[in-house]
Amino acid sequence: MESDSVSENKSGREAFWRANKRLIFVLLSIWLIVSLGCGVWWIEWLNQYTIGELPLGFWIAQQGSIYTFVVLILIYAICADRLERKYGVEE
Amino acid sequence: MSLALLEAAADPSRPWTFAFIGITFAAYLLIGWRSRVSETRGFYVAGQGVPAIANGAATAADWMSAASFLGMAGLISVKGSDGSMYLMGWTGGYVLLALLLAPYLRKFGQFTVPDFVGTRYASPTARIVAACCAIFVSLTYVAGQMKGVGVVFSRFLDVPLEAGVIIGMFIVAFFAVLGGMKGITWTQVMQYFVLIVAFLIPAFAIARILTNGDHSVPQSAFLFSDLAERLNQIQVDLGFDEYTKPFTSESRLNVLFITAALMFGTAGLPHVIVRFYTVPSVRAARWSAFWALLFIAILYTAAPAVGMFARYNLLNSLHGAKIVGVEEVAATDGRAARSLYRLESPKGADLDWAYNWQSTGLLSFADLDDSGTISLAKTSAEATIDKDIIVLSTPEVAGLPAWVIALVAAGGLAAALSTAAGLLLVISSSMAHDLYVQFIDPKASEAKKMMVGRAMIIVAICAAGWFGIHPPGFVAETVAFAFGLAAASFFPVILLGIFDSRANREGAVSGMIVGIVFTAFYIVGNQWDTIFSVTREADFVRPWYMTRWFYGISPQGIGTAGMLLNFAVTLVVSRLTPPPPKEVRELVENIRVAG
Repeated sequence: MESDSVSENKSGREAFWRANKRLIFVLLSIWLIVSLGCGVWWIEWLNQYTIGELPLGFWIAQQGSIYTFVVLILIYAICADRLERKYGVEE
Repeated sequence: MSLALLEAAADPSRPWTFAFIGITFAAYLLIGWRSRVSETRGFYVAGQGVPAIANGAATAADWMSAASFLGMAGLISVKGSDGSMYLMGWTGGYVLLALLLAPYLRKFGQFTVPDFVGTRYASPTARIVAACCAIFVSLTYVAGQMKGVGVVFSRFLDVPLEAGVIIGMFIVAFFAVLGGMKGITWTQVMQYFVLIVAFLIPAFAIARILTNGDHSVPQSAFLFSDLAERLNQIQVDLGFDEYTKPFTSESRLNVLFITAALMFGTAGLPHVIVRFYTVPSVRAARWSAFWALLFIAILYTAAPAVGMFARYNLLNSLHGAKIVGVEEVAATDGRAARSLYRLESPKGADLDWAYNWQSTGLLSFADLDDSGTISLAKTSAEATIDKDIIVLSTPEVAGLPAWVIALVAAGGLAAALSTAAGLLLVISSSMAHDLYVQFIDPKASEAKKMMVGRAMIIVAICAAGWFGIHPPGFVAETVAFAFGLAAASFFPVILLGIFDSRANREGAVSGMIVGIVFTAFYIVGNQWDTIFSVTREADFVRPWYMTRWFYGISPQGIGTAGMLLNFAVTLVVSRLTPPPPKEVRELVENIRVAG
């Protein structure tokens, strides 16, 4: 499709993909720990602590996890833009 | 009929309801007319010219259905802490979409999900399988939406359910046939604003009332007021578990599996994925995923607050209410005879709403012990409260003016119509673009392709309307399972198509088949009695393979296991068979990077 740009910047493309995969791995680890970890698996243990007037685990499961998801996507959108500029692979 | 007329005359919100529904419907029609298109790129992917933030709003409206708008807060109210599986399940999938799927599918840049599956795996078979899955999942889902439209019409305007469904069909047909994806997108943007305003006004009002004016924002009233503590105390006094106690309705493992199935299923639903084909660039796909989840989160963080407030308010105001009068109503219009209770709260709260809602049949009382008061204790249970009235009754419970009630009706319709439109486009594009043009008439001209696309939308709308009026027994079941099936089929195949360049046709086709067959068998095995409308007594026809839940995993959560199986089969089979051809590996290299 765009074979010229591919051959021109092969190393940049590969470096971008490696950095991108690292970024995704870090963000998805947080996603997993917060949602299925804190929101489900460890919820009873976390409920011994309180945040505001609520048990911590309950708040994470019903509010905190959703805020975390929004922030994770925001971080990815910002960082992916930067990675593309850094490796010269913008559209 | 006389009762209906009486209700109509007495209901001050009715003129407002007509006005709001009239205004919003006129706006949808106007937008549809202004966004009409004449080429397939406009029809299927809105000319790839939708700005990121507008696509975010459209995705949010596309995603939040009648069930999210009307049913979810009530569901959480009933399930308590375990309701979080729906909250996390229906939002967490957007992280997967934004990080793992949306940018690369946008770079691929065709019209449909089966387009990607068919091209990436160089296999017409894979495309057909994907197209059939997309049609099946979307059709079951859309039937529920059309029924939702009918319910709102019949509750708020007192027209028969059938008439409501048909009016909804005409509205959707108008903007979807003329404008395709472009018309759908811009009406969805408007529908998002209608539904979010309609949800938030009563939510803010009830937060303010229950906290005596300390908190106006539902999310902060949820966190900082003492309502949770007071609700927990009432629950314990009445003999129930604390509201904030987890795993009261499902086991821990089951909550984990259901949450995961909903998250991976969300990321695999075709009507959500295609929204990301409509933006101008890869960068815009990432940003529109952010906007979409932000817009969704506004409703999804308010809903658990509304659920908790409503439960507190119901228990607090109805428990111990004195019965000041009972009216016997004879059976009419297919409704059974019933008693309408007039109640008076010892705490001085206004209980007129409880009287009004009894006429819908969604709320009923029975003074079983003849004590002259209503008890909601676990052992007596003198009230039956349908979870669907939680959101709908909030404005009246909070004593809001009549126009707010009308706004909620318009919001419910916006939620149902926007989701229905997105699903209908997937059904039509699968039939017209993936099946008809690819396999029956590959040489079709642009004009012919457009005509087929428009015709297929009409076919899909008629099918959806028919299922909306005559819902088969399995619809309610399969809507919940659409997620499991999407998780077990689309998600692994798309993900590996991008991240594993070794994944090939043999792996993908066998993985999809194993995932779907396993999940479908488990669901049908457990739910066959409701699916085929037979009673469990006929045990001799019960399939041998399903006598109990596998490790306590309910059919709703089995999609997670199906997905893991799909991953395993695809990875192993791909490595035992020849690698994919050179063009496919180049395609994978290409879609991974934006430039």
